[in-house]
Amino acid sequence: MTTRQTEITAAGPDERLARTSGLTRALRRPAFGALLGAVVVFVLFAVTDQQGLWLTQTGFESWAQQASFYGIMAVPVGLLMIGGEFDLSTGGMTGFTAIITALLISKLGWNAWVAIAVTFVVAGLVGLLNGYVVVKSKLPSFIVTLATYFVVRGLSIGGVLLVNNGQSSISVATGTHSGLASAKAVFGSSFGKSTALPNGYSTEILWFVAVTVVATWILARTRYGNWVTASGGDQDAARNVGVPVQRTKISLFVMTSLATALVGVISFTQTSNAVAEQGVGNEFYFIIAAVAGGCLLTGGYGSVVGAALGACIIGMALEGVIYAGWDSSWDFTFLGAILFLAVGVNTIIYRRAMRARR
Amino acid sequence: MTPILEVQGISKFFGSVNALQDISLAVQAGQVTCVLGDNGAGKSTLIKILSGVFGPDKGDFLVDGSPTRFASPRDARSAGIATVYQDLAMVPLMSVWRNFFLGSEPTKGWGPFRRFDVATAKRLTSTELKAMGIDVRDPDQTVGTLSGGERQSVAIARAIHFGARLLILDEPTSALGVKQAGVVLRRIAQAREQGLGVIFITHNPHHAYPVGDRFVVLKRGKSLGNFARSEIERDELVRLMAGGAELDELSHELERPV
Repeated sequence: MTTRQTEITAAGPDERLARTSGLTRALRRPAFGALLGAVVVFVLFAVTDQQGLWLTQTGFESWAQQASFYGIMAVPVGLLMIGGEFDLSTGGMTGFTAIITALLISKLGWNAWVAIAVTFVVAGLVGLLNGYVVVKSKLPSFIVTLATYFVVRGLSIGGVLLVNNGQSSISVATGTHSGLASAKAVFGSSFGKSTALPNGYSTEILWFVAVTVVATWILARTRYGNWVTASGGDQDAARNVGVPVQRTKISLFVMTSLATALVGVISFTQTSNAVAEQGVGNEFYFIIAAVAGGCLLTGGYGSVVGAALGACIIGMALEGVIYAGWDSSWDFTFLGAILFLAVGVNTIIYRRAMRARR
Repeated sequence: MTPILEVQGISKFFGSVNALQDISLAVQAGQVTCVLGDNGAGKSTLIKILSGVFGPDKGDFLVDGSPTRFASPRDARSAGIATVYQDLAMVPLMSVWRNFFLGSEPTKGWGPFRRFDVATAKRLTSTELKAMGIDVRDPDQTVGTLSGGERQSVAIARAIHFGARLLILDEPTSALGVKQAGVVLRRIAQAREQGLGVIFITHNPHHAYPVGDRFVVLKRGKSLGNFARSEIERDELVRLMAGGAELDELSHELERPV
């Protein structure tokens, strides 16, 4: 009988199995493709650089700031994607949140910190709504957040025109509003000024690093992180072993929206200015960064570091094209090609990771 | 000896459909009770009652001899009754150790720094699986790369680790090849030897007979009998499963003159 014939003993490994090679182990890391891509893109622009600036602090600062702008969002968007959901409202939300902060300060004369706090609360509520509707209606998050995106986009144009005397741009004089100077120091200033880099590094870069570190820790080293991956990988199995799938997903939407508020506040404090419709279209950059970073579109697989590296690739591409002296219209083609390549490489890695009986 | 779980004369209705009618079964520690039935026999309904998804409309439900009503599968789990579902046991894209502790992750640290105790999780996964004779080369590999039998084995090991006294296994062998099914049957025998009760749901009498101590055969929501192993031969079990006379007729029809 089969029970008696099948002997799998505890002693000694199964002799049919080769040990996993170091290469397989490296390839199993979802961020591996993104790291490779980032190195390739960096070298490409180091070679094509016409201004001799790519390898200087100036060059580094310029792409690092771009990377940070996209990366602060790419990280939570990546987490959300690993959790099996999408958020298309992120681009519109980064503009909407900047406008809320700007209006509260300029029109209502609020203290900047209070305005920022309220902005975060509003963003959090939008995320809560997104998550709640997705989880309860079981509609694809793609559709739900597309609706949110249009509502928010309309609000940020219509709202601004309505309360701002038909002007689509809101400017705030820095010196005249309480709390604005200190808020600017935290969110929208710079550090590390030197003769080589008179304007210093944008604080946005620090925020990007902080968001990446915290999110990496959450995903890899907390129970919640385990639940995120499980919710995206197989929500029925996850629910079966007691993972609160709905709560996990809703909180991911909230986190994503809170990140849009962070980006909105950063961009407002950097320029003391907010424009209706700013940020629209950026949701695709965030998704490209996450996908290039090895996050699987269908959920359940990916890494935060990967998404951050994906944002670095985008930052390098956008700035590198300028240093190379190419027309910046090529950005789009370049990003499209990156997306294609990334998906191709990631599929290979993914299949390798999933290869049965390695 | 008091059975861990016993149901007496339970029935379940869905509208006008009588999904289960007057079913009784019991499982004691160190025993395997097999529930056999073809598609539509009421196996799924029975599992859901036993695992606490819903209660019976009629009949008695006893845990350790005292009447009990589970409000949810969580209640069943905390009473030591763990259900391992055929496909819904694990997340294929996650590593073995992450799956093993999914939903019950060990933590260390405090407050906002409370974190998943990864080292402990990896170590416990390895030792628990080794103790069951399951050789996963590398607990970091994803569950998707395990064979079907290994996957079921890990799920069973997990249920035992989390304090199950009674395992309810839903068709654990049905999607597997002969060899892989053998791996799972071995796990069942092992669990029994460790003193666990097992309810083994299957439609395959060839899988049930070698490990079963009792056999309950269901057909269209009714029990065709509840036999101890000594009371029934394998061929008889096969015949009963296939509908006895129907099978005779079929084999007669298909038989070739030699």
